[in-house]
Amino acid sequence: MRSSNCITLGRCKTLRRIMGSEKEAEKVETKNLPNNGTMITPGCAVLLDINNGDKMTFAHLNKNASVKIGNTKCWLDALVGHPFGSVFEVQSGAKGGSFVRVSPSGADLRDGLGEKDDGEEAPGDEVKGKDNRSLIDNNTAQTLSAEDISKMRTEGVSGRAIMEALVANSATFHTKTAFSQEKYLRKKQKKYAPRVVVRRPSARSVCEAYFAKDPNKTGHLRMDMLSLILSLANVGGYAEVLVLDMLGGLLTASVAERLGGYGFVCSTYHTSKPQTIDMVRLFNFDASTSSRVVRAPASQLIAARTAASKFSTDSALQETDGEDCIPIILNEAKAVSTSPIVDLEDTPRLESEHTAKRRAQSRSDDFEPGKSIKPGRLASEEDMKRWGREGFTSLIVGAPFLDPWTVVKKLLPLLASSAPFVIYHPYLQPLAECMNKLQSERIAVALQLQEPWLREYQVLPSRTHPNMQMSSTGGWALSGIYISKT
Amino acid sequence: MLAVPTEQRSEKSRVICEGDVVVVYERHDRMKAVTVAKNGELQNRFGVFPHNEWMGKEFGCQVKGRNGAGFVYLLAPTPELWTLALPHRTQILYIADISFVVSFLELRPGSVVLESGTGSGSLTHSLARAVAPTGHVHTFDFHEQRANAAREDFARNGVSGVVTVKVRDIQGEGFPEELAGCVDGVFLDLPQPWLAIPSVVRSLRPDGLVCSFSPCIEQVQRTCEVLSKHQFADIRTFEVLLRSYEVRHENLSTSFECSEQTFSKEATKSPPHKRQRGEVDEKGGPESEGHAEDPNGGSKTAAGSIVKQSRPVIARPYPETKGHTGYLTFARQATCM
Repeated sequence: MRSSNCITLGRCKTLRRIMGSEKEAEKVETKNLPNNGTMITPGCAVLLDINNGDKMTFAHLNKNASVKIGNTKCWLDALVGHPFGSVFEVQSGAKGGSFVRVSPSGADLRDGLGEKDDGEEAPGDEVKGKDNRSLIDNNTAQTLSAEDISKMRTEGVSGRAIMEALVANSATFHTKTAFSQEKYLRKKQKKYAPRVVVRRPSARSVCEAYFAKDPNKTGHLRMDMLSLILSLANVGGYAEVLVLDMLGGLLTASVAERLGGYGFVCSTYHTSKPQTIDMVRLFNFDASTSSRVVRAPASQLIAARTAASKFSTDSALQETDGEDCIPIILNEAKAVSTSPIVDLEDTPRLESEHTAKRRAQSRSDDFEPGKSIKPGRLASEEDMKRWGREGFTSLIVGAPFLDPWTVVKKLLPLLASSAPFVIYHPYLQPLAECMNKLQSERIAVALQLQEPWLREYQVLPSRTHPNMQMSSTGGWALSGIYISKT
Repeated sequence: MLAVPTEQRSEKSRVICEGDVVVVYERHDRMKAVTVAKNGELQNRFGVFPHNEWMGKEFGCQVKGRNGAGFVYLLAPTPELWTLALPHRTQILYIADISFVVSFLELRPGSVVLESGTGSGSLTHSLARAVAPTGHVHTFDFHEQRANAAREDFARNGVSGVVTVKVRDIQGEGFPEELAGCVDGVFLDLPQPWLAIPSVVRSLRPDGLVCSFSPCIEQVQRTCEVLSKHQFADIRTFEVLLRSYEVRHENLSTSFECSEQTFSKEATKSPPHKRQRGEVDEKGGPESEGHAEDPNGGSKTAAGSIVKQSRPVIARPYPETKGHTGYLTFARQATCM
């Protein structure tokens, strides 16, 4: 039941014009949903952005899922069927909160209530005659009491109506500057008409949310650092990336997202009980992408690599005096004489460009909500043999409580020659010592130890400046290119 | 430059062949992209390097110059190495901005992304990697010669399957109509990006993202105003920078005798110790860094007496660093009701 108790009809018209139409959240048949990952489906993971970043929570839209916004409990199943990016307003009533979809217009509730900037003042001019010199903060400006307001809320009076009432009953509102009025209304809106944007979780948004709200879970990995890591590690379709992920699964999932179903991300571990990579579940991966997320203990990977290098050394000894021959001919001879190992298990995955494109289109049809291949299965024998033979195409390490050189010493040989690697650490000194060791061991070139810097800006007419708050550290990244010593 | 499926990977693709692009690495700040040619030759400070000797070798190998005093490494090209080695025809974007853009635009294999202007193609290679093998990059530049040069680079680097270059003035004409509604991300590096916003609105699918890169804050303000007028959501502006550190051993004296007897002119006059540089300079090839020395060694002063010192590994930012490249403004196309 929609509630719209407008106090003044005139104001209502303005607000309706600006806000666009409200649309009650409808239950939509899931069968008819376009399945390209842009719609909110039952059971999927969503990132709820409450009041423009004030509160960020993840939720799986299972039956009876709910979230508490302010003091109101709101049921989440109303979100299903809408596209990601939809904006909802929380309307409170007697039975708790309900989500009402609203149009995400650039203007919002504040228009029509505050005084418009009529453009006569040039940016930079003093707002004529209005400042806060006579404002006294003694709680007497607002004549509506807390009981009055709470009564309106249980009656189901709409948020904007409450805001109108607050403005009408404020003795000082009209003495404030336009900027100040806007700030006041923004504050009231957050309380009485909270807005929720339902976002599709992505590497960047998940990383940012955790960094802001629970950074210990992700080793204080900042979103610009994560994006740097993904680039430095040359992550793209068909890459085969080895990851030591002690950041809850964020690294693994971010790599998987950029692989898009092509290639592999192998999340490795050194203890008998592998660390959790549960965050992968937040990304709503389809079956194809999930199947590319595998796990393998470091001991087995190292054993496979040692075995393969022994084999190739033996066969190299059998290859005779090719050294002085013209390299091109030697190369061709190699291609002819070395018969490719036909792995019957691999054959189904063989695809030409044509089938790859077709598979990409049909992949969306394979998406069945709640029924995906569980990511993180143990890597197959074939995969491990291949990695032993060829090496991974890059390595990412995110292990804040492990000494970097200890890890890198063991994992670097698992890489192919000329493969990039990136080691993230929240602290500088351990990485500096690791870099120093790498320099002297001469197993890497293009070594770089870098620290990212990130600052966000507020851009508003006459009010543009960097944000007051800023993160002081996003950790350090040691990167380089592995050159095998053979 | 792009990875290929395992089934297509053969022995051949892991070794250097004629026609391959290799990145010849001398130092972290000295590399060059070279197309391997039969009987070709590279000459640099370390000597002469015939291409024929490269063929058949693995990427990542070390090669010595003929009659020269050093060696280089032959690395497999990546978008990052390309950005450091490519010929600058315009001011380019560097990895800090590039990586942030790719991440914030939520690009993944299958995405369709528009770029204007192409410039020297620095960002374009990273966009190509992000969307390959099933996505596409449509990049536009109003300068025909630069567009052609970029197209040649893409062909040589093996990314032309996912990149299309066109000569077009996006500020004046907007993006082509045939791309309307199906684009996942747009990147603008234009002098007046606000002129392109209406076309961006038409091109982007709902919930799609746009990024505008501008060096000047006035450009940013105007762009944000126009984005807001066109109902974009989540308009955010950032600055990203990277600070690089030098890492080496440093000698710090642990001698600080404060007893009365040693308070004489000679003992206090120990000269500053010569730094044992981790980085070897020009001769002999790439940095042969960090001799594994005794971390608590002693060294002799001019006076001849041994002074105790520690040799910790120190990390310090390089004195010179970038102060500003440009502001990155992101915005999300609203989902209609």
